[in-house]
This record gives sequence, structure tokens and C-alpha cells, in this order.
Amino acid sequence: MTENGDATPLVQLENVNKHFGALHVLKNINLTVSRGEVLVVIGPSGGGKSTLCRTINRLETISDGKIIFDGQVLPEEGKALARLRSEVGMVFQSFNLFAHKTIRENVTLGPVKVRGVAKDAADKRAMELLERVGIAAQADKYPAQLSGGQQQRVAIARALAMDPKMILFDEPTSALDPEMVQEVLDVMVGLARDGMTMMVVTHEMGFARRAANRVVFMADGQIVEENTPDEFFTNAQTDRARDFLSKILTH
Amino acid sequence: MDELIKYAPDLGLGFLENVKLSIVAAIASLILGTILVAMRVSPTPVLRAAGTLYVNVVRNTPLTLVLAFSALGLSDQLGLVFSETPTTNSFWIVSMGLSVYTAAFVCEALRAGVNTVPMGQAEAARAIGLTFTQSLTMIILPQAFRAVIAPLGSVMIAMIKNTTVATAGGFLLESAAVMKITFDTTGASIPIFLGIVVAFMALTMPIGFFTGWLARRMAVVR
Repeated sequence: MTENGDATPLVQLENVNKHFGALHVLKNINLTVSRGEVLVVIGPSGGGKSTLCRTINRLETISDGKIIFDGQVLPEEGKALARLRSEVGMVFQSFNLFAHKTIRENVTLGPVKVRGVAKDAADKRAMELLERVGIAAQADKYPAQLSGGQQQRVAIARALAMDPKMILFDEPTSALDPEMVQEVLDVMVGLARDGMTMMVVTHEMGFARRAANRVVFMADGQIVEENTPDEFFTNAQTDRARDFLSKILTH
Repeated sequence: MDELIKYAPDLGLGFLENVKLSIVAAIASLILGTILVAMRVSPTPVLRAAGTLYVNVVRNTPLTLVLAFSALGLSDQLGLVFSETPTTNSFWIVSMGLSVYTAAFVCEALRAGVNTVPMGQAEAARAIGLTFTQSLTMIILPQAFRAVIAPLGSVMIAMIKNTTVATAGGFLLESAAVMKITFDTTGASIPIFLGIVVAFMALTMPIGFFTGWLARRMAVVR
């Protein structure tokens, strides 16, 4: 690897397979994510999008194949795996903020306990990040006191607090009331503009068009098509993708 | 009533022993029970199996047998001696047996609590880079404890009442044993009997109320 390492992809999946019992949920996946790239993964439910996303920080193990993150094969367990996860942010569909901790504590826990950052410094940075996502005024509340959109923005701040090399978004707006989707997408578009490497599993076409560098269409555990957002939405190459798009674009 | 007043000092001292046993067993069983639940939910199969075996053996053995084994087996046969003074030794033997026994119930109450914590909490903890031990102690167990404060209160109440079985472990200074000795010499006395019941209720009922109140106060809102 060269010193700045910019030429090497940040994430590389090589012939990745995953089985859930008899179910073959990831079929021979080959995919790279470059540094600074915003990759949107799209496709029908049950197609393996979330599973794919979750394999990158090993919340899902894989059956065979290889995943390389930042030049290193993913560690299987223990401290090395924890260290890898601290470098890959994750935003979940159901937010998963720590329910017994305040908003501020949610954001400072990782830096303090994983990185050993001093509490004062972590607090200061947490407030900056909460300011950035527009939740600073709620710092001392508990997650249940916030709306879904606010909780998801806190979850993004929690991920950012670790200064991750990449953030995974696993259907970040799917559990939100419609009027709260935009506030979360706006934060995500901001991140994309700032050059954060992102992998986003979503159905939000608007976001894909505004912020994605590339769209990956997944169905039945396979990557069916990869293209730029414009090409993909206006001129999909496969029947499977055209069929899917016709269903979601009509309403 | 006269007998109660006459023997009140003896019975009071006996009851004090029940309180001391309760305090020791409460602390020790909460610690041991927490270690056991950590074993039972750990990713290491050997630890999980050991925790499961412990709980199933100890929880299904009558307390009198646990205490008798502690005194006769561990202390007399295998030479586990806490003190040269027999009463002090049997106090600690009984404390140990009662703690070991109660810990199995603490573990199971906590495990029910762990099951109330959504999967996503552990995933989020792992995703920011916390180790298994950190996720357990900072995210999972704090929420699990809060979910089972009232059931833990019940376990503690049962444990306090179980201090009256200490005789089985050779400890004869606690109130129920004192009562029995008193009855053997003076004949049974309903006031004495009721006096001890009231003393226990004075100890256990506030625990029930307090843990119920604390459970509502500390509940994790989702």
C-alpha cells in the first residue's frame, strides 16, 4: 500500500457467499468501495442488501470468500475485530440508541471507552457533532424522548464520533414517519459532500440521485447490476432491475 | 405475651444473625449471580455450559442439602474452615451455602432481564467497537438489571426467609433456631412465634415495596 493509500479500495469483497441454513442469501458477491465513494445498494426485500451491508463490519459472518477492509482481511473475533468495528460506523434501521443513556452519553461512550479519549474532549466533540445534526438542544434527554428522525440523526452523530473510515447505513429511513425522512437524508447528503465513504442500503431514489456515485442493484442474493445513478434510473440494463424500478417509481 | 418479653433479648440477638446472614448473602449472591449470567450469555461454549450446569444443579437441590453439604462435606470432610471459633465458622459456611444457592436464582432473574434487551442494543454496542465484556457491562446488564429489579426483590425476600434454614448448616444462633430451643425448654408460645413473624415481615415487606418503587423509577423507556 502507498503512503496515502488512496488508490487501493477501502472495501473489497471477493467471492463472498453466505448461507442461512438452506437459504443462500449472498451468492458470490464481488464488490469494491473506493475511498470517498458513496455507494447505494438498492433492490427488493429479502434480496440480501442488509446482509451484505452487515458483513462489512462482521455483524454477519460469511460462509466463504474474503472481505478486505483498508488493506486487511476482516479479523474473525476478539480485540482486532472490535478495533475494526470502531473504524466502521453503522447506522441501523431501528436507530438502536442505548436506551438507558442520554443523547450525549450515546455519542461519547465509544470515544471514551474504545478510543480512550478524555471525557471533556469527548463531550466537546459530541456537542459539535450534535450541533451539526441539529440535536444539540436535546443532549441531556433520553432516546425515547426524541422523535425517530432525531434519534436517527443522533445515531449518525454517534457513528461520526468514532471518526470512522466509512459509515454503513442499513435502511436508515425505513422506520421513519414520512415527514422525518428528509431531515435524516439531508444530514446524509451533507456527509456525502464532505467526502465520507458511505454504503447506503435504501429505497430513497432521491438520495441516490443527489448523493450516490454508484448504484448497486441486488436481488436474490446477487449483484444484478451496477451503474451510475442516472444511468441506472433512466436506462437500467437488466429486466430484473427495470421490473423493480417500474414497481417503485409508479408510486 | 410474658414469654415474648422475657425471651425478646435472646430472640433479638438471634434475629440480628438473620440480618447479618441476609446482608452477606445478598451481596455475595448478587455478585456471583452476575458472574453466572455473564457466563450463560457469553460466546464461549465452555463458559456457557459451566454456567448452565451450575444453575441446574444448584437451583434443583434443596437448600437444606446445600447447607448440610457445605457444613458436613466442605467444612468437616474437606477442611474448608473460615474460623477456629465454631459459631463464626458455621456463620460463614452457611453464608457461603446460602449465597451459592441464591446466586442460581439471581442468575436466572438476570437472564430473563437480558432477554428483555433488544438485539439491536448489543449490535450497536459491537458496532462502535466495544468488546463483548464492555457491551455486557455497559449496555446489556445495566438494562437487564433495571428490567428485573422487582423479581430480584422477590429473590432477596426468599433468601432472607431462607436464613432460618441455617440450622441445616450447623448454625444455631439465628432466631428460628433460638425459638425452637426456647420452645423445647418452655413449651410452644404463640406470641414468640408471631413476634418472629412480625420481625421478618418488618424486614421483607419494605424490600418488596422499595424494589417495586425502584423498578418503576428505573424502568428503561423504549
